[in-house]
Amino acid sequence: MSQSDVKAVRPLSPHLQIYKPILTMVTSILQRITGAALYFGMLLVAWWLVAVASGPAYYDFVSGLFGSIIGYLVLFGFTWALMFHLLGGLRHFLWDTARGMEKGTRDKIALANVIGSILLTVVVWIIVLAVA
Amino acid sequence: MSMRTPLSQVRGLGSAREGTAHFWHQRLTAVANVPLTIFFVVLLISLQGADHATAVAVLGSPVVTVFMLLAILSVVYHMKLGMQIILEDYVQGEMAKVIWLMANIFFCTIVALASVFALLKISFGV
Repeated sequence: MSQSDVKAVRPLSPHLQIYKPILTMVTSILQRITGAALYFGMLLVAWWLVAVASGPAYYDFVSGLFGSIIGYLVLFGFTWALMFHLLGGLRHFLWDTARGMEKGTRDKIALANVIGSILLTVVVWIIVLAVA
Repeated sequence: MSMRTPLSQVRGLGSAREGTAHFWHQRLTAVANVPLTIFFVVLLISLQGADHATAVAVLGSPVVTVFMLLAILSVVYHMKLGMQIILEDYVQGEMAKVIWLMANIFFCTIVALASVFALLKISFGV
């Protein structure tokens, strides 16, 4: 039997669309999505650092883009992704010690991850707008 | 006596002998990233609306440059490890997987090198 035949008859395990979305599952997926978003967000960090190194003219141009409405929206999303991924990471540290996995506890921590990320993002942006 | 199946013996793949290195490096950089990203966010807020001379002065001061370099290296290594897992999970086919894994390393190397070069240039004098 060729390899493709073996694959053709192999049953597939159920995937995302089979399961009812629950909080711990959603936060797990969001941890991966925010990680991937931050991955590409690092391009903005590198771009900004290169802009500073390039001199005043290019720095002013890039600062203007980041300071525009669209720039602020992107940076706001960047902030939330960072806060969510940061808190999600802390959750993983807790799990690494085999704590916080009980039913109820894990849901509370997942909810804290979501609410905490929103609160931190709002706090950061209140400070940003206050400074500006 | 080998416990492996005949097909497994022919393929000869087996363990990559890397054990938990990926997990350990992922957690190590994750721990480092916590204070380093907080430092980065605070730095960005303090540089909000700053002119070029101010940005150069702040980013170019030795302590800030060193912590920014640490942040870049730790974050980029962490994101290289993370994206590797995502690609290994979702990309079908060996050739496509190898190509994407290479692209991941190229992307991360470029981001890291551009950032490190910019920081050193700022610190040593634009």
